[in-house]
Amino acid sequence: MLRILIYPINIFIDFFEGVAEYVLLMTKMFRSVKSWNLYLGFTADQMVNIGAQSIPIVMLTSLFSGMVTSVQAAYQFESGFVPTWFVGSIVGESVLLELAPMITGLVMTGKIGATITAEIGTMRVTEQIDALESLSFDPVSFLIMPRVLAAAIMFPMLVIVADFCGILGGLFAAQSAMDVSAQEFIRGFRTWFRPWDAWFGLIKGVFFGIAITSIASYKGFTTEGGAEGVGKSTTSTVVISCMVIVLLDYILAEIFL
Amino acid sequence: MIEVKNLYKSFGIKDVLKGISFKINHGESVAIIGKSGIGKSVLLKHLIGLIQPDSGEVWVEEKLVNSLLFSQLQSVRAQCGMVFQFGALFDSMTVEENIGLALSKLSDMNEFEVARQISKSLAEVDMENSEKLMPSSLSGGMKKRVGIARAIAIKPKYLLYDEPTTGLDPVMTDSINRLISKIHRQENVTSIMVTHELRTVFEVAERVIMIHNGKIKFDGTPAQIKQSEDKVVQQFISGNSTLLEAEA
Repeated sequence: MLRILIYPINIFIDFFEGVAEYVLLMTKMFRSVKSWNLYLGFTADQMVNIGAQSIPIVMLTSLFSGMVTSVQAAYQFESGFVPTWFVGSIVGESVLLELAPMITGLVMTGKIGATITAEIGTMRVTEQIDALESLSFDPVSFLIMPRVLAAAIMFPMLVIVADFCGILGGLFAAQSAMDVSAQEFIRGFRTWFRPWDAWFGLIKGVFFGIAITSIASYKGFTTEGGAEGVGKSTTSTVVISCMVIVLLDYILAEIFL
Repeated sequence: MIEVKNLYKSFGIKDVLKGISFKINHGESVAIIGKSGIGKSVLLKHLIGLIQPDSGEVWVEEKLVNSLLFSQLQSVRAQCGMVFQFGALFDSMTVEENIGLALSKLSDMNEFEVARQISKSLAEVDMENSEKLMPSSLSGGMKKRVGIARAIAIKPKYLLYDEPTTGLDPVMTDSINRLISKIHRQENVTSIMVTHELRTVFEVAERVIMIHNGKIKFDGTPAQIKQSEDKVVQQFISGNSTLLEAEA
């Protein structure tokens, strides 16, 4: 009986301990920014890993999400009260404001977040982080800072790729599902297009990139207990990052829109 | 000189170190022994500030390690090379990059000097021409050798070995023992090794510190430990698990 009562209290305490540890680690990371030039090469490597190597999966997922939006819009327009060229505006606004940054964030959580946690977690349990420290390196600036910096730069780029592919996917689907011509689609898109919407998507990308890589790095850094520990940390990274992305999405919308 | 004063360390409810004190003079070759899980590696990691004690002091070259800021700790760590149990080589880097990382990023050496130091360190551990190999293609013994090469490349005053021969076959164990002795003599370093391999203790160490129940049970020469009448020490030396049970 006592254990049942203590269990939620322990979860509560663990949560706040985790948040405090995360904040502490991020403080260390931001302090280490002054030595960024020392790790420029690693940051460039991470930009390739996080950015360039993720382009195909981002293209594919955003293409289909744009297509689905278009098809669903066509389904809604079956009544005939709404002109079909409106689909361009619906796809455009949905992709720029929400789908491109959100889908990119969620896909990257699985691809990059999990990878970072597994890499750093394995380094932790095989004493590679201790070895770094013993060689006088600051593991936070060596391992975490280049990844977070690379994500902050590359995520907006990926969002631009997702914007382009999402809208292109929407255009293809509109042509096939509703017989909307490319000119009509673009007309709809341009009618309600506001440049700020595109900027807002990029801002989200920066926040999502920092959130995913910092959470993944933190979970990897605090991994304990061998291969099982690495597995648990990786799962936990994906779950927490997904929740944080959704939460950030709402907070950023409240602030910027 | 390294001095540990009244060191205490617990993990959760488990008290690992309960008031450890010793002094290691420059040039000594010391083996820290004890059963598995007794806290030997924990003690070793305290010496370069990888773990902070609950209480007590760790002094290296008259610097109180457990009170230093990171930048000050770097100067202590620059004098200490550490060899980890399974090598702890950075698996995304080649042998050359593993050894040269600290030299190229944290020292004033130019590219040519770094390359020369890497070759010299690899030659000392008999691993010439392995610069381009990845850690995944190395055997356990080779990983330990590269780990030693990485540690000696920074020209340390102190070399700390965490279980240098554990998991190796007898021939490789002998080879690593000889290597440790050779480096100790040639480089004039202070060697501190954590081990439970008695062969390593008797072949390499000049002094033995035995830890039992979080405290120092024995501190003396390898010859003295062989003659010790303490039952716990005798049991460890003989490897007879029934010795204390029989006494009871």
